[in-house]
Amino acid sequence: MNNQQQQHQKTMDRVQQGLDRRYRQERHFRWLGMGAIILGLVFVSFLFITIISNGYTAFQQTYVKLDVFYDPEMIAPVGETNPQVLSKADYGGLIKASMRDMFPEVTNRREKKVLYGLISSGASYEIRDAVMNNPELIGTKGEVWVVADDDFDMLIKGHIDLRLPESDRRIKDNQLAWIHDLQEQDRVEKRFNTTFFTAGDSREPELSGIKGAAYGSFFTLLICLVLAFPIGVAAAVYLEEFAPKNRWTDIIEVNINNLAAVPSIVFGLLGLAVFINFFGLPRSVPLVGGLVLALMTLPTIIIASRAALKSVPPSIREAALGVGASPMQTITHHVLPLALPGMLTGTIIGMAQALGETAPLLMIGMVAFIVDVPGSVMDPSAVLPVQIYLWADSPERAFVERTSAAIMILLAFLISMNLLAVWLRKKFERRW
Amino acid sequence: MHTSTLIILLLGLMSLAYYFGRKRSLSLVGGKVRDLHSLPSYYGMQTAMWCGIPALILLALWLSFEESVVTGMVVESLPQEIQELPPERLDLVLNDVRNLSQGDIVSSTVDQTMQQAADHYTSLMGISHMALFVVALSVAILAGLWAQRTITREQRARNRVEKAINFFLLSSSTLAIFTTVGIVLSVLFESVRFFQQIPVTEFLFGLEWSPQTAIRPDQVGSSGVFGSVPLFAGTMLITLIAMIVAVPIGLMSAIYMAEYASKHFRTLAKPVLEVLAGIPTVVYGFFAALTVAPFFRDLGTDIGLTVSSESALAAGVVMGIMIIPFVSSLSDDVINAVPQAMRDGSYGLGATRSETIRNVIIPAALPGIVGGVLLAVSRAIGETMIVVMAAGLSANLTANPLEAVTTVTVQIVTLLVGDQEFDSAKTLAAFALALVLFVITLALNMIALHIVRKYREQYE
Repeated sequence: MNNQQQQHQKTMDRVQQGLDRRYRQERHFRWLGMGAIILGLVFVSFLFITIISNGYTAFQQTYVKLDVFYDPEMIAPVGETNPQVLSKADYGGLIKASMRDMFPEVTNRREKKVLYGLISSGASYEIRDAVMNNPELIGTKGEVWVVADDDFDMLIKGHIDLRLPESDRRIKDNQLAWIHDLQEQDRVEKRFNTTFFTAGDSREPELSGIKGAAYGSFFTLLICLVLAFPIGVAAAVYLEEFAPKNRWTDIIEVNINNLAAVPSIVFGLLGLAVFINFFGLPRSVPLVGGLVLALMTLPTIIIASRAALKSVPPSIREAALGVGASPMQTITHHVLPLALPGMLTGTIIGMAQALGETAPLLMIGMVAFIVDVPGSVMDPSAVLPVQIYLWADSPERAFVERTSAAIMILLAFLISMNLLAVWLRKKFERRW
Repeated sequence: MHTSTLIILLLGLMSLAYYFGRKRSLSLVGGKVRDLHSLPSYYGMQTAMWCGIPALILLALWLSFEESVVTGMVVESLPQEIQELPPERLDLVLNDVRNLSQGDIVSSTVDQTMQQAADHYTSLMGISHMALFVVALSVAILAGLWAQRTITREQRARNRVEKAINFFLLSSSTLAIFTTVGIVLSVLFESVRFFQQIPVTEFLFGLEWSPQTAIRPDQVGSSGVFGSVPLFAGTMLITLIAMIVAVPIGLMSAIYMAEYASKHFRTLAKPVLEVLAGIPTVVYGFFAALTVAPFFRDLGTDIGLTVSSESALAAGVVMGIMIIPFVSSLSDDVINAVPQAMRDGSYGLGATRSETIRNVIIPAALPGIVGGVLLAVSRAIGETMIVVMAAGLSANLTANPLEAVTTVTVQIVTLLVGDQEFDSAKTLAAFALALVLFVITLALNMIALHIVRKYREQYE
């Protein structure tokens, strides 16, 4: 009896002895898990902070106020309204004249060229459009706000390190002095950057915008949705409701699961070999992009749609069959409407994936430099992620902020699509 | 625009056909639906299908053959000496003709014959479009009328419509097969052509990769060596770094979420982590090239190491961040699939939570976790944009993560983006690389899915 009690105490003691160590291990393990999650959250926030801090300045653009004399000698005689004559005039010359008037001390030819370089080469088109809209301007004097060159813009936004020696800087000391003069005269202003939303791509950062890429993305996704949604839902309905359980169905299932994990770049090669080389469709058009992305998102949509069909209880089907509906009527009248929210959720997630996809589109030539905004699915165009890739490759500092701004817009689209999917699921989710 | 007008017209005709088909079926029985074999709407649908489907098939066939037929006719009309040009020169001429007829910029000078050919091309295209318009619309109208006329009371309209729908469903489900076959064939054909020029053994075991083939025989530095080992070594190195980052973080956060976190915390933190999964890879690539790579380079300089600005480390770490949510959601699934009874048994014996996790849950979930990690590896191998933007271009056989390496996907992109000729070993090499990539990822996926499925069955 005594012996037994002693032994019992011994066991308890041993347990007690180890307890501190075990609890410590427990705490450490817990901290490790917490640390992993915090690390993940830190990565998310760091990514967003980098992108936003790099990109928010792109929504503003530096403008310079010029006093322009609409010289009839350089444009056309007063009273001229023929647009052909007006469009051919030398508007760049007007800007140069105005700059010369402002800085009469600049006489050296090379210096003059640097001076003119402060104004964007797109400014002359602005003035041309103004004159063509209102030919009465000819012969008058007026103040015009024109777009500044990207280096000027970067300086105003504080992205140029003035502590560097002059030779390492994009903005030289004489330019600094002129810009200082312009600022003294209140001729420099930052405004909302509308060009960014209304222009296509350009070699000049200050003239480039995302409209072309956004339209390209829209057309590509349209093709992708029109093809992938009906086909994906049809395939899911067949596999879930009609397919006999046999080898063939098994092969299809394994195939779909595997396709979901095939690297996206391989789909690009498929598009290149089949749609472009075999069917002879043109390169860089949203039609081909949409076809490739449709093949790529199909597995996602099929898998989500099958899950949605599975969640509809069998009693619904049995009831419909019981009152004499055909199997097809059961599906189309009862099962499909109930499964539709889940299918839509899957489709939206698939579309979000397609919107962010870049690699397969590089393969089918959607990396071309395209200035025009596409008007249909057969016009060459870029898409948002490819535009980001192209800008990220450009050396100009001004493209860094534009890349980040384009990323912000892409992420805004993606996040709102995902939120829509979540909302849809919350709103229509039914527990049976 | 032309084709879309036609399609809209056809859709309009189909809805008319539906209306008239339905009306006729009703008028046949004087409005008494029970005397019909099927519901009136099925007769309408049947008529609409007859009206639309033949015309749409015709449209598709016409559009796919129009270009080649018209081009053939234009070639016949060209002068003899142009017709006898080698095929690739002839293609150039034809391209110019097409551009000229669309008013685009032309590469060669425009002479009389070119202009004539372009005019001929334009007029033939115009005729073809007009003919398509007329033929498609008349086919639609005639077939629709015929279908409407032949409606009878006993006609099994519902069965026919359902049969057609069933056919559509079946063919949709086989599209996945066709996609796979298409991938295999398109990659295989070009690879076979590549291996006719470069022996398989050299491709698989060669230690040097420099795909610039010489245009002139005396050119320097254009060796055209296609040994893929450095590419696969680079891919493996970056994948390894990515896994070292992603597996511990992903697994630990999944464990914490599943076993420790309160419901409140879970609903807050989980969506935020899932944001990482939704970010496009091009964004990660930009992040890697702009922020992470310079950070590692500066850090290296501070502690006296030379870190390449395109180091494998930067690309690998960012890829790891990308894969964290993938690993964590797959592990979450398998951890949640472990039956509660096993946990309760362990707690009943006095084990702490972490002891239960380490000694019971993880061993039980291990096959699933391994499957998930394999899927993640296959994903990392196939990932393109991060490495294109942050990893190097030149093949470098090294195990040092601070140096620049290149990967299979980077080489595919660099070989195929830009101008390409379709018979050089350089372009074909991309397809051979893609073939190997496809086979590797396919094998990994097969194994992983098999493991995961087998494991699930164990507890069901």
